[in-house]
Amino acid sequence: MRHLLSTADLSKDEAVGLLDTAAQMAATQSREIKKLPTLRGRTVVNLFFEDSTRTRISFETAAKRLSADVINFSAKGSSVSKGESLKDTALTLHAMGADAVVVRHWASGAPYQLAHAGWLDAAVLNAGDGTHMHPTQALLDAYTMRRHLAGRAGGLAAPADDGVGADLAGLRIAIVGDVLHSRVARANVALLHTLGAEVTLVAPPTLVPVGVEAWPCRTSYDLDATLADWRPDAVMMLRVQRERMSGGAGAFFPSPLEYTRYYGLDARRLAQLADHAIVMHPGPMNRGLEISAEAADSDKAVIVEQVANGIAVRMAALYLLMAGDRSAEGNDL
Amino acid sequence: MNPGPALPEVPEPDGTTVLGASDVARALTRIAHEIVERSRGVDDLVLLGIPTRGVTLARRLAERLAQIDPAFDADACTGELDVTMYRDDLRRQPTRAVGITRLPAVGIEDKTVVLVDDVLFSGRTIRAALDALGDLGRPRAVRLACLVDRGHREVPIRPDFVGKNLPTAQSERVRVRLAEVDDVADAVVIAGRDGSTDVRSTR
Repeated sequence: MRHLLSTADLSKDEAVGLLDTAAQMAATQSREIKKLPTLRGRTVVNLFFEDSTRTRISFETAAKRLSADVINFSAKGSSVSKGESLKDTALTLHAMGADAVVVRHWASGAPYQLAHAGWLDAAVLNAGDGTHMHPTQALLDAYTMRRHLAGRAGGLAAPADDGVGADLAGLRIAIVGDVLHSRVARANVALLHTLGAEVTLVAPPTLVPVGVEAWPCRTSYDLDATLADWRPDAVMMLRVQRERMSGGAGAFFPSPLEYTRYYGLDARRLAQLADHAIVMHPGPMNRGLEISAEAADSDKAVIVEQVANGIAVRMAALYLLMAGDRSAEGNDL
Repeated sequence: MNPGPALPEVPEPDGTTVLGASDVARALTRIAHEIVERSRGVDDLVLLGIPTRGVTLARRLAERLAQIDPAFDADACTGELDVTMYRDDLRRQPTRAVGITRLPAVGIEDKTVVLVDDVLFSGRTIRAALDALGDLGRPRAVRLACLVDRGHREVPIRPDFVGKNLPTAQSERVRVRLAEVDDVADAVVIAGRDGSTDVRSTR
């Protein structure tokens, strides 16, 4: 594994190996001294063309916990706002000796371009590109599901070891909301399918992407029926991305109130969930729109834990991409 | 503890067996006695095995310590210490999988920690282990037990308890086989002797 660009590129062994490494990283994060010397002297550049505080500080924390030097490069107020091309930015980073580049870009495919155009020899980690992929988010979601749910569907993993070594075979995951604009949903569908889980996307018809039939998942327009009949083990609420809805929220659904009535996770729907089920959200939440305060603050919600797991998963990704000898053949997980 | 005769003795096709199962058992028993003698008892003693085979050896040593002095709680005083993320050769090799670190239930603070490894060679693994230990707490003392010391140290580290000193050439490979890990009878095997051109090292 040279780059982490898309969850669709990961084999099942690679994905499970990454989650297992994340589990060991998470174990180090409960120590008094959280810092490891592993990536001392290596440089990680956070290249953010799109605002994202959570993902950036999560990557920054992960890199610093591994003793790497972190350089934050955001498009606002930098050479990019003066019209510099992605290529010139990449050449600049190359000249500065970056060992890994974490890139968030508004254009789908920008990280792929950065990784494969030959401008850089650094490892490229996709931190979200357009409406395409957000692999570390999907990995932290899978890690969180595995911790809580592994072994539920007949697997052997004991909950005590956080499901290390297990996949997600047989688990049922409902992904609810703005699938159309969601790279988190795309990344999750690919990864969860690889790990053996079943996925149902629940969204209003206007927010289901064209071509969804080809995705390895089911789709539904009816949240209540999905919760009642399909009994998901985890419900992932997606943020309604109003900033991506040209023409305002009204362009895709009649009103926020109507969206909440049909697709919001409220106290009534929360009560329908199985006892072991968990409620997830990639954040930041629109409380009162896709998720109610009761659901967000309930015992079933693992939303804050997702943030903590994000650091462990990103440490694992940085470790696996940066620690070894990159010229060695078969430098896989 | 004793794997018994059920397991097949599979000698290395190109190797010499230097220690057999009974030699390994005797060496471990002697090391256990030496640990107790050196520490004047088993108070505040914890064992930390270095994966993979060090963990197995630490467990076996703990059983023997419990036999010598029943006050020693083998389960609560044995742990494992993965040193992967502290190694100094990470950049020279393909990415290594990170192993499990599990501290003993009684902790390591102000304890006498005995690090347990199978083969002591360059000493770099132990250097990494000392760094890892420093991030986990402050033991009162750290000692080192290994089943085989094959020499060729690259850092100033010496073992406190040795099962067998084995003079070797750099090019030779020393393998420790343990019943729990390898599913064959316990053995220490040297391969690549007799001027063989195979120069891969064990560690």
